[in-house]
Amino acid sequence: MPTPLNYMENSLMYEQVQTAPEHEHEGSPATDAAMVEAAQLTESPLTSVLAVKNLSFAWPASSFQIGITDLNVKSGEHWLLEGPSGSGKSTLLQLLGGVLLPQRGEVRILGQRWAALTAAQRDLRRADHVGFIFQQFNLVPYLSALENVLLPCRFSPSRRQAAESGGGLMDEARRLLAALGLGAKDIQFRRAARLSVGQQQRVAAARALIGRPSLVLADEPTSALDADNRDAFLEVLFSEARSANTAIVLVSHDTNLRAHFERHLTLEGGLC
Amino acid sequence: MLMRSLLTLAWSSLGSRRFVALLTVACIGLGSAVLIVVEQIRMEAREAFTRSVSGVDLIVGPRGGSVELLMGVVFRTGTPGRGMTFESYRQIAALPGVTWALPVSFGDSHHGYPVMGTEADYFKHFRYGRSQPLAFAAGSPFSDIFDAVIGAEVAERLGYQMNQQIALEHGLEAAMDAERSHQDKPFRIVGILQRTGTAVDRTVHVSLAGIEAMHADWLGGRPPDAFDRLSAEEARLVAKAPERISAMLVTLDQRAAALFMQARLGNWPAEPLSAVMPGPALLELWEIVGVAENVLRGMSWCVITVVLVGMLTVLWSGLEERRHEMAVLRAVGARPRHIFLLIIGEAFLLTLGGVLVGMFFAALTLSALESTLVQHYGLSLSAAFTGSTIAPLFSGLLVAGLLAGLLPAMRCYRRSLSDGLSPETGG
Repeated sequence: MPTPLNYMENSLMYEQVQTAPEHEHEGSPATDAAMVEAAQLTESPLTSVLAVKNLSFAWPASSFQIGITDLNVKSGEHWLLEGPSGSGKSTLLQLLGGVLLPQRGEVRILGQRWAALTAAQRDLRRADHVGFIFQQFNLVPYLSALENVLLPCRFSPSRRQAAESGGGLMDEARRLLAALGLGAKDIQFRRAARLSVGQQQRVAAARALIGRPSLVLADEPTSALDADNRDAFLEVLFSEARSANTAIVLVSHDTNLRAHFERHLTLEGGLC
Repeated sequence: MLMRSLLTLAWSSLGSRRFVALLTVACIGLGSAVLIVVEQIRMEAREAFTRSVSGVDLIVGPRGGSVELLMGVVFRTGTPGRGMTFESYRQIAALPGVTWALPVSFGDSHHGYPVMGTEADYFKHFRYGRSQPLAFAAGSPFSDIFDAVIGAEVAERLGYQMNQQIALEHGLEAAMDAERSHQDKPFRIVGILQRTGTAVDRTVHVSLAGIEAMHADWLGGRPPDAFDRLSAEEARLVAKAPERISAMLVTLDQRAAALFMQARLGNWPAEPLSAVMPGPALLELWEIVGVAENVLRGMSWCVITVVLVGMLTVLWSGLEERRHEMAVLRAVGARPRHIFLLIIGEAFLLTLGGVLVGMFFAALTLSALESTLVQHYGLSLSAAFTGSTIAPLFSGLLVAGLLAGLLPAMRCYRRSLSDGLSPETGG
């Protein structure tokens, strides 16, 4: 049996609908670091938040592969990565978030290669710059909605600072929850386990957005919602992300979502 | 800041499993209570045991078992042996290097409490604990033949007041046999001692002359016939100087001379005597008793081990269903070591709660046991329940709890490295 890597180019095809100008990130770690500094300082709409080049990854002992030839997400952009069920969307998300490292190609977050960092550095960087929303079970069940929203600020000083600068940690968390339609106090203080699925997803969105991270990675966040709830969810997610200048990369198999996104990328195949 | 956050998280997490958490705390509480109570009793018993007598360099008595001599004189429990002559006592007391010497005489009792005949100087010289002298709660040393000074426990248990008349009994058993009673020659209570936590509390002290007067009409250890019976006043006139005493206490000018003196008294020409140094002998005796003590101690640590394994099981069995929760925490920025600390934090909170509950239980138990233990064994426990004795136990238990938490925490740490962030699949 041929190794999966050799077949990657053939088995996966990625179509980038809107081509973005490419940044070349060849260079020493020193220039990488300089670039990161610049990216953080300027925060211009043109800053590259997530850059993927020639990415490929396969689980050992599996015929399954993932790859992206070229993707460049700039701050404030909303991207939809479409792929059928079983096309490895969750794994892809972990690659983009630096949880897994690709076997080939590279993923850069704010100009910094994930692979160039140690595991601890990746954890720190992820906590500071990336928010996650999953399909379901996003929350720590024994904490209240409000405490769940505040969780990233406990682990990332920079996100806590960003949230505090908006007029206090609690106020910011409440504001986000209210903006996502969870303004009622009894809901904010309700334990996560006792919220409806729709409410839980909105709490997860507020948590991903608190402290203005550069990027929110979302894995089928709307699949547990009905059409009305889904549209409302995306609307508030986008409007909050826009005001924080946060980029969103959402992976889903639901082609109905395409209407909501300015940019999308279709993943095809997956098994070989 | 982060540590506090993690402890808050651990607290909330335990709060969501309140029932199991409370059960675990109760278990640890009971286990630590057992340990603390056993340790307190053990330490206090040893303390009381080895400090029953102080400032006495030698106990001299008839040749025979040194344990018997020690038990008889210090704890007033043994049956008296042949005893020694009063003449030997006088000669030994007069030896150079002897600071003071006191005769002691046993053989009678009062409601099961031993009666000890001695001299009034006993109250001046005798020391217990850390060289504490005897103190009178009321009254003064005996001066008359039929005067008695009673220990604190005797006074308390029998409800005796000053100047009350009491009858002593012949022999050590509380035989309420009129034949063997000395009720025809009653003694008057002239002094009540303060509590010492030693055998002194259980002793009725009378003068040697009093012992003689009680037995003035006795012949060869048999009670008198009705015809030969003497009244107290007659006995007072007839009573001779004592011929024999049970043993004697000796204090030397220089403690270092005790070994030499011990050897010398061991070769006493007039009669076979032996001398025991109470300090080392008591320790030696305690070593024998100590086997039981160590078994008890080992058992209480076993209880703690079982309890902590129980906590480990609770934490461990929770891990599988909490896998997803850990992934969520990872996704919001928790590093694997934070997950580790979270589980350790839970173990810490459970143990801390348990140990605090345990100390409360232990204090309750000890105060409930206190009166019994003081009465029967002269152990005063509340005095021993202090920071310096509790602190090592407290920290030992906490460390043991943290060690028990280490295993589930390590497992969680490893898994959070491999699981990644995806809560749906956990992998």
